[in-house]
Amino acid sequence: MSKVFIALQTNDDTRSIIQAILADNPHAIANEQPAMVKIDAEGSLVVRRSSIEDLIGRDFDLQELHINLISLTGHVDETDDELTLSWNT
Amino acid sequence: MDMKVSKKKLGLKEKYQHMTRGLGWETTYQSMDEVFPYAKYEGIKIHDWDKWEDPFRLTMDAYWKYQAEKERKLYAIIDAYAQNNGHLSVTDARYINAVKLFLNGISPLEYMAHRGFAHAGRQFPGVGPRVACLMQSLDEIRHAQTQIHSLSNYNKYYNGFHEYRHMLERVWYLSVPRSFFDDAITAGPFEFMVAIGFSFEYVLTNLLFVPFVSGAAYNGDMGTMTFGFSAQSDEARHMTLGLEVIKFILEQDPDNLPIVQQWIDKWTWRGYRVLTLVGMMMDYMLPKRIMSWKEAWEVYFEENGGALFKDLARYGIRPPKWLDQIEQDKDHISHQAWATFYNYAAACNFHTWIPTDDEMDWLSQKYPNSFDKYYRPRLEYWREEAKKGNRFYNKTLPMLCQTCQIPMIFTEPGDPTQICYREVDYKGNKYHFCSDGCKEIFEHEPEKYIQSWLPVHQIYQGNCFNEGVDPTAEGFDPLAAVLDYYHLNFGRDNLDFEGSEDQKNFDAWRGMATKNT
Amino acid sequence: MGVAAIKEYAFESADRLENFHGNQLLYIGWDKHLMFCAPFCLPLPPAMRLGDIIEKVLPGVFGYHPDFARIDWSKVEWLKSGQPWRADFDKTLAELGLKHKDVLRFQTPDLNGIKGSAS
Ligand SMILES: [Fe+2]
Ligand SMILES: [Fe+2]
Repeated sequence: MSKVFIALQTNDDTRSIIQAILADNPHAIANEQPAMVKIDAEGSLVVRRSSIEDLIGRDFDLQELHINLISLTGHVDETDDELTLSWNT
Repeated sequence: MDMKVSKKKLGLKEKYQHMTRGLGWETTYQSMDEVFPYAKYEGIKIHDWDKWEDPFRLTMDAYWKYQAEKERKLYAIIDAYAQNNGHLSVTDARYINAVKLFLNGISPLEYMAHRGFAHAGRQFPGVGPRVACLMQSLDEIRHAQTQIHSLSNYNKYYNGFHEYRHMLERVWYLSVPRSFFDDAITAGPFEFMVAIGFSFEYVLTNLLFVPFVSGAAYNGDMGTMTFGFSAQSDEARHMTLGLEVIKFILEQDPDNLPIVQQWIDKWTWRGYRVLTLVGMMMDYMLPKRIMSWKEAWEVYFEENGGALFKDLARYGIRPPKWLDQIEQDKDHISHQAWATFYNYAAACNFHTWIPTDDEMDWLSQKYPNSFDKYYRPRLEYWREEAKKGNRFYNKTLPMLCQTCQIPMIFTEPGDPTQICYREVDYKGNKYHFCSDGCKEIFEHEPEKYIQSWLPVHQIYQGNCFNEGVDPTAEGFDPLAAVLDYYHLNFGRDNLDFEGSEDQKNFDAWRGMATKNT
Repeated sequence: MGVAAIKEYAFESADRLENFHGNQLLYIGWDKHLMFCAPFCLPLPPAMRLGDIIEKVLPGVFGYHPDFARIDWSKVEWLKSGQPWRADFDKTLAELGLKHKDVLRFQTPDLNGIKGSAS
């Protein structure tokens, strides 16, 4: 199966986001590189608003991701609650 | 009078619908074909522009909000970096040459991308892609501006940053990135989108902005790290747009497939050639290395690109051509490129050098099949000669590839000891190429590439001297005249790093920063 | 194939012979000596003898290489556009039938670059 990834800057805002992603995607693997974290996952990866909100204790708009996002791959499906990356194969 | 008003907030999808659709209309004073004159001539057939979906569903209001936040963050860091003499905290002054190459060779492409997306957006009859192109056009001018702002800090202290705009249209090696973008922007709007939006943004920019920029951070360059990641945060959106363009075009009409496939082949190859520069920056110009070019290529091109093309197979798209050659080249191109700039260091606006022993060992380890066998011997020879005061400066102009405009430095697939020569006769003239890829691209559109402004030929035609210079005068020095035309200061901007003004200044200033005397 | 365009699209070659002030371009590469990163491009008068090019021009071009002084020019093998080619040092470029933008390669079978690495 193909891998998708999302890469985020390493900073205080993304700490909880990364934590939430890893909790919601047990199959995902975080690779730490200078100033960034790249999260790889077989098949698909989901970023869930509610999981992030639970960790940061405030409302979170998924589009806030854009501020610290470095890169990603896969087809993007974004709703108010979830952002999903996936390949069709 | 208790009326319960249920104030239902629009969901993301509905909001996006309202903020994009309905903004366009069928024109009546002029025909749609006249208002959008470039929409059809490339042969791409679109039946329903409303099928366009922007996966991020970013609307203009949200766009301004998040971009403003990114800018505030970026400038806070750039200011702090400048206020703290951040330039003295980079690993060593050789690193700064990578940043020079970035400003001279890459930032101007951001500006060209801004123009290209504005143009493509204007030409698409559909509202969805128009809005997406508009945002990307704004992103790209932001990238050009933030890079120029960040790097202007280095221009206060170091040579080679001063005339990037002037040099772009003149200096020999800059014709490579420049002609790449000129080629894209002079194509039609659909080809431009496949070229830049898909092939470059989706397949290739990760290699530029992710490992290289992470490397900048590793080498203490917070300025570059910041603008790099800030640009790349837009890039995630651009990549998504690039992929959407492909899906949209292919779903509209089966006749679109062969046209798109040919563009993917062409632009992956064109972009890959330009990235040779980045390969060299990663392997030779970052004093502290995080990842070799080859490793980055494997992660970001082979693994990601592989997944992408496997996915697109359902539309009938196959992986880009010449992948077998690309696969072999990854052991070689960064070394071949560095040797080229070492050869022509007298005509460059940045410095080159021989890697240290440690660095050569790192290269051997990362390139076990190629470095010791083919590249170490020449570097060691040059080092010995330089010690004797005989540093190699190649003074004869090289043969260039008609398509990518890179000197003919690339070797035959399967034989790293043999330069790859290809040629075509077209209307009574000969044209030469570095590879099957560049040759086939030429053969597809010869009328376009016979116009190439090849720096070497232009110099020999006498077009690269300042006005009033007489090349027939006694004692005429062509190299000096060309460097004048480039606005390149001999002895300051060019030659070896060893003994350069940059090296001396950096050492002196760093000494002042860490000692009291 | 042709360029997709909205109107007629035809141009002259930017590098046609008449733009070079009486010279023609000759490309020349030395196989297995990649210390010179690419073959060279030289603007030369068609009336120049090949022997003069070898004696007067090439030392400035390839002379930095320690193998250059060891070349036995009588044993050098030549290729034109990749095909074996008979050199005649007494003839001029025009007499040899070398045209604008032709490419020559020469091979020195006993000399294979720095430490035999093709550098
Ligand atoms: Fe950009
Ligand atoms: Fe090429």
